[in-house]
Amino acid sequence: MTLLGTLALWLALLVGVWGALAGFVGGLKDRPDLARSARNAVFAMCGALVVAVAALEWALFQHDFNVEYVAAYTSRNLPIFYTWSALYAGQKGSLLFWATVLSAFGSLALVLTPRRHRELLPYVAGVVSVVAAFFISVMLFGHANPFQRLPYTPLDGSGLNPQLQNPGMVFHPPMLYLGYISITIPFAFAIAALLSKRLDTDWLVAIRKWTLLSWLFLSVGICLGMWWAYVELGWGGYWAWDPVENASLLPWLTMTAFLHSVMIQEKRGMLKKWNLALIIGSWLLSIFGTFITRSGVISSVHSFTQSSVGYFFLAFLIVSGVASFALYANRLPLLEAEARLESMVSREASFLFNNLLFIGIAFSVLWGTLFPILSELVQGVKITYGPATFNFVNIPLGLALLLLTGIGPLIAWRRASVPNLRRQFAVPATAGGFMALVLLVAGMRDFYAVVAMGLGAFVAATIVQEFARGTGARRRQYGEAYPLAFARLIARNRRRYGGYIVHAGIVILFVAFAGMAFKTETEATLRPGESASLRSPYGYTYTFTSLGLSQYDALNRQVTAAAVEVRRDGRKIGLLNPEKRQHVDAFGRPTFQPSTEPGIMSLLREDLYVVMGGVVNGTEQAVFRFTINPLVWWVWYGGMIIALGGLIVMWPGGSPAAKQSQAGYSVRLVGKQP
Amino acid sequence: MTRRYDATSYVDRRGFLTLGAGALLGVVASWRQSTPQAPDSLPGTGPSGRLWDPARAGRPLDPVTVADNDAAIQAIEKQLHCTCGCNLDVYTCRTTDFTCTVSPALHQHVIGLAEKGMTGQQILDQFVREHGVAILMSPPKRGFNLAGYFAPSLLIVAAGVVLTLVLRRWTRAAVPAPVPDTPSSTGGTPEELERLRGELERLSV
Repeated sequence: MTLLGTLALWLALLVGVWGALAGFVGGLKDRPDLARSARNAVFAMCGALVVAVAALEWALFQHDFNVEYVAAYTSRNLPIFYTWSALYAGQKGSLLFWATVLSAFGSLALVLTPRRHRELLPYVAGVVSVVAAFFISVMLFGHANPFQRLPYTPLDGSGLNPQLQNPGMVFHPPMLYLGYISITIPFAFAIAALLSKRLDTDWLVAIRKWTLLSWLFLSVGICLGMWWAYVELGWGGYWAWDPVENASLLPWLTMTAFLHSVMIQEKRGMLKKWNLALIIGSWLLSIFGTFITRSGVISSVHSFTQSSVGYFFLAFLIVSGVASFALYANRLPLLEAEARLESMVSREASFLFNNLLFIGIAFSVLWGTLFPILSELVQGVKITYGPATFNFVNIPLGLALLLLTGIGPLIAWRRASVPNLRRQFAVPATAGGFMALVLLVAGMRDFYAVVAMGLGAFVAATIVQEFARGTGARRRQYGEAYPLAFARLIARNRRRYGGYIVHAGIVILFVAFAGMAFKTETEATLRPGESASLRSPYGYTYTFTSLGLSQYDALNRQVTAAAVEVRRDGRKIGLLNPEKRQHVDAFGRPTFQPSTEPGIMSLLREDLYVVMGGVVNGTEQAVFRFTINPLVWWVWYGGMIIALGGLIVMWPGGSPAAKQSQAGYSVRLVGKQP
Repeated sequence: MTRRYDATSYVDRRGFLTLGAGALLGVVASWRQSTPQAPDSLPGTGPSGRLWDPARAGRPLDPVTVADNDAAIQAIEKQLHCTCGCNLDVYTCRTTDFTCTVSPALHQHVIGLAEKGMTGQQILDQFVREHGVAILMSPPKRGFNLAGYFAPSLLIVAAGVVLTLVLRRWTRAAVPAPVPDTPSSTGGTPEELERLRGELERLSV
């Protein structure tokens, strides 16, 4: 099967190269036969790569340890769930996964895109083929072939890293990959629009679902990554400003900026240059993220083993960046706006400032990520740009963005009048101010936490106000009952009200982030029967009593588990079981260092998080770290709300009028200013 | 059990049920005796027992001391970068990655310096002397490092000023469509009304 896999990779590469040539030549020379051939090449490449994936999965499930990748990432006793996910656990497999999903997305784009965009499709096929062929060539020429064989056959494999043996890690990487990969489709359409000089709003309509899809995958992937870090890594947090975390945030920020600014182009025919630059920039950042993860240029807990593939990605990043922006610069004269901004106090202007902040935060995160390298280049001294520095720079920017999240929807398109502003802002501003006052009176003194919660109340009030007014208007206009009017309000304009639901999720996230300012923790060594106490920010006293340790064997690990009874103000509320795990292979040989599995009790107000560090003198006397993390559950809840809002925005249908407005209808309505 | 006149014995219903229940209880009792519960420590019953295989629980640890929970010590350690390659601060590493031997050593060094009477800043300075400035989780706010702290914010502010000026110029250049003093007609054609209705629909009411 490995021979079949390698042959499939070579076939996919050859077909990909042909697809790229046929796509670009077919588009430029207007040759339908070549355009058709390019389309078929993408399908064939997808088929060949699916065969390669099937061959690798076959080797994984057959425990063919003669295959280096299988021996490195699996063992005989690895659960089936993780044997499957080993496909993307390592560098080589993840490259194959990436290329396969890209070719599948490319095929879907070619099949699902309406015929009215057919002039763009040869170029789309060409770009998809180039990118996929690049990934395949990295596998074949960058010593990253997942089908490479060993000169011997080990009795068992090394097994999967214990930290990857977590359900979060089964879903988090593919979700992020899907987000990264799917950005290639909007990028391909942007390049197609530039090459074909069809730079009206048509290409934006063609990519609308794809941009939302990649944004949604990135959002879910980032949230799942935070959840995995929280439940698996044991440090009691979910975001550490790690370079790879940052790399996933960068395209998310630029894509979010695009999702806002594209509305201005669709409604007013403005920001054409900016939107194209955002799409190209987002795609380059997705490749940059891949470079960061795989090059080892910046140390990160997430990085794959250092290898030469980093150079491939760096070269690809530079070449594709230069080529894309050269083409972009060449087409700038064709990207003139169809309308002018009429007032500084308008939704367009607020969206521009919103974009400025998104891009500013993206720059700030990129700056912090690369600053240690810059410092070494400039000062000759390597420095550490830790979470505190990232927070120092980014918290004020994030809060400003939260403020604009509330302001944007309240300002009218084109021009807002003073009475209109007064009417729109009265309730939300009062709600925000009132919340901040209540918190200050209640004794909260953390500046950023008070501001975050005050702004959260402001934005939440704007959302409630928008829903209330819309529902009320529908009820008056159509005589619908409130629940029906509410449901139809969302259904008729999914983009707008789905967007508000996303904003609600963002508010919840910010408030939950602010909660971490009140994290409390303590360490204690407990014998069975002994207790440690910790006071929560809400004034409760939690008592943790060790009930003793037990040891047992599970499928592929030897577990030492503690039983810790938890009482809140003297009343028992549950039991926590932090563990130490020693993973072993099928012959009982240890495969990795013992890992830590925290015991977590998630409550609405706070999480109780217990880590067992180890034992003293081989006895049941154990070292624990007890942490109270306020509002953590709300981070996951906020993530779910964001995903729900994203799904509503993406859901097909909606009112014809809403569709028209998103398809450049308003541009024609407004026309060019004299 | 009753012996009948013909010397055979029979069991009536009550006897049968009694015998059955007795047998069941006997089986349960013997089963419980044959599977004794493993002795385990109970809360408050004395010293903790030894683990069956302590090696499975990772590297042996020392009991937590008062200094380990000292807020001042923790505050210092949160500003120091663990050099094991984990990207975490010393406090987080030593209370998270219990396989790391670097962070406990750095922790002991912090405690040792604190016991000598050094202040937090003096301890940080000592670490910088020994390990270089990369030992700090945040670079000192001086020289080129200031760019690390303030360049993004300054650039955003500058870009914001430029954006404001550009937008102001745009808005001055854009002449809004003239609004007639008096409406040309009091009503509208059916097409216009339909278009208005469509616009209202688009505004989602």
